Amino acid sequence: MSKNKIPIGPFHPLLEEAEYFELTVDGETVVDIDLEIGWMHRGHEFISEQKSFTQSIYLVERICGICSTSHPLACVHAVEDIDNIDIPLRARYIRTLVGELERIHSHLLWLGLAGHFIGYDTLWMWAWKYREPVLRMCEIVSGNRNHYGIMRVGGVAKDVDTGAIPDLMKNLDMIDSKIVMVANAAKDDPVLKARLKGVGVLSYEDAIAYCATGPTSRASGVPSDIRRDDPTDAYDLVDFDVIVASNGDVYDKLVVRLLETIESTKIIRQCIEKLKTVKGPILNNVKEISPGEGIGRYEAPRGEVFHYMRSDGTNRPIRHKVRAPSYVNIPTYSASCKGISVSDALITLAAVDPCYCCTERSLKIKDIKKNKCSFNLLDLSRSKTKRIRRKFNGNK
Amino acid sequence: MGWYNKRLAKSLWVFHVSGSPCNNCDIEILDLLTPKYDVERLGIKLVGSVRQADVLLVTGVFNNKVAPKIKKLYEQAPKPVFVVAVGTCPASGCTFKDSYNTVEKREDVIPIDMYIPGCPPKPEAMIEAVAKLIGVLNG
Ligand code: SF4
Repeated sequence: MSKNKIPIGPFHPLLEEAEYFELTVDGETVVDIDLEIGWMHRGHEFISEQKSFTQSIYLVERICGICSTSHPLACVHAVEDIDNIDIPLRARYIRTLVGELERIHSHLLWLGLAGHFIGYDTLWMWAWKYREPVLRMCEIVSGNRNHYGIMRVGGVAKDVDTGAIPDLMKNLDMIDSKIVMVANAAKDDPVLKARLKGVGVLSYEDAIAYCATGPTSRASGVPSDIRRDDPTDAYDLVDFDVIVASNGDVYDKLVVRLLETIESTKIIRQCIEKLKTVKGPILNNVKEISPGEGIGRYEAPRGEVFHYMRSDGTNRPIRHKVRAPSYVNIPTYSASCKGISVSDALITLAAVDPCYCCTERSLKIKDIKKNKCSFNLLDLSRSKTKRIRRKFNGNK
Repeated sequence: MGWYNKRLAKSLWVFHVSGSPCNNCDIEILDLLTPKYDVERLGIKLVGSVRQADVLLVTGVFNNKVAPKIKKLYEQAPKPVFVVAVGTCPASGCTFKDSYNTVEKREDVIPIDMYIPGCPPKPEAMIEAVAKLIGVLNG
């Protein structure tokens, strides 16, 4: 049988970012997948090497709008690693607090988009509705909804007001109950289960072979988490579980993310409690960075983010290297997408929670007629959910 | 075209074009559709094809790879189409203006009618911008 190619993107209603995929299909089955990147490349590493260490933090925050804590955190860890700079205890709790807030909003964002892709717009609206109080908390803590601008080498830039703590707690209580509700509703939904179980399986061996990180690997049974394996900031002072599932399908990735969100609310609660009692400075004054090199790691919502910095004793890095988690997670497509049906391809692509802004630090309209295929792809994915839903309603 | 613009202003259909942003402006645009802000009550709808768009919401500094495609998208949109640039990126280049891979003048790629400053702009600012656009269209 002849093989057809389905181009997706670069400007596609599915992808908020510009990206170009090419699925090779044999009938209904995906046999190969190819990916063209570079649409988002803005030359961060190059710009960073022209800026001072403090300015670099502002820059790496703009690698990706969703991971706008993870990149700065890994970056300051790298600089602090050069000189073994100590961080005040209070600053460590504030860093962890902001990092976990980011994890909740990122996972809820993914949950909403995943729901949207399979035609569950209710889930989208729900998830994003309950994401708003999280952003509100970010605003209380850092002053911004998204780009927090709070990390500094040696601590944090802004303290959490004691007066703001009741407000934070109120928002947290609200998020807590709502997240548990959404998580239970999503986990127990028979249609979601039928739609996502066994779809896009990434086996334990493949997860290791492709060096997958984050929820992508944890859903396949690889218990890796930088927060526990190489604790920085306040992660060794708080109590939390690493969520691991075993099947590696899209449903398990969903479950891992949902349970992680609940763990994050626990960490946030502990941090806020500590902030009530732990007082002191929030920033160590760092005068200069001596020559040397350092690495920084942090568990971003999508996996391990890695920064490398080399200093020659001046006020700017002479080398800055970034490795984002999606960069290693995206190649797992070739293991998880092969052999599945076209209508499942979209949700499998989305299940990794790919972030191209991170990866490339960008669309191509190849042929408007061909591009129509891609709209059908979204329809295909949604109509499959509809079929399953009808089946369930019919059974009742 | 006054009569046409007035009819357009009743319900603006927007298409979202991301020209190498950091993703945040895009997320905030999607945020507009969700229950807290819900711009659909103002008749604003996000559409999946540029052929149905009245307004292009452009985000990001355009890099050299994406710029020709954005130009092509603009050419494919039915005229009149209004281009609203969301964020500091399309306005001034944000922190990326020194990069080797971004175009120097985004106005040369596509004509931009309106800028919303902010990195990222708050959703309230975006709603105000669209309300202003509706005001201008109504004359
Ligand atoms: S203006 Fe700021 S938030 Fe928006 S895309 Fe540019 S860097 Fe990101």
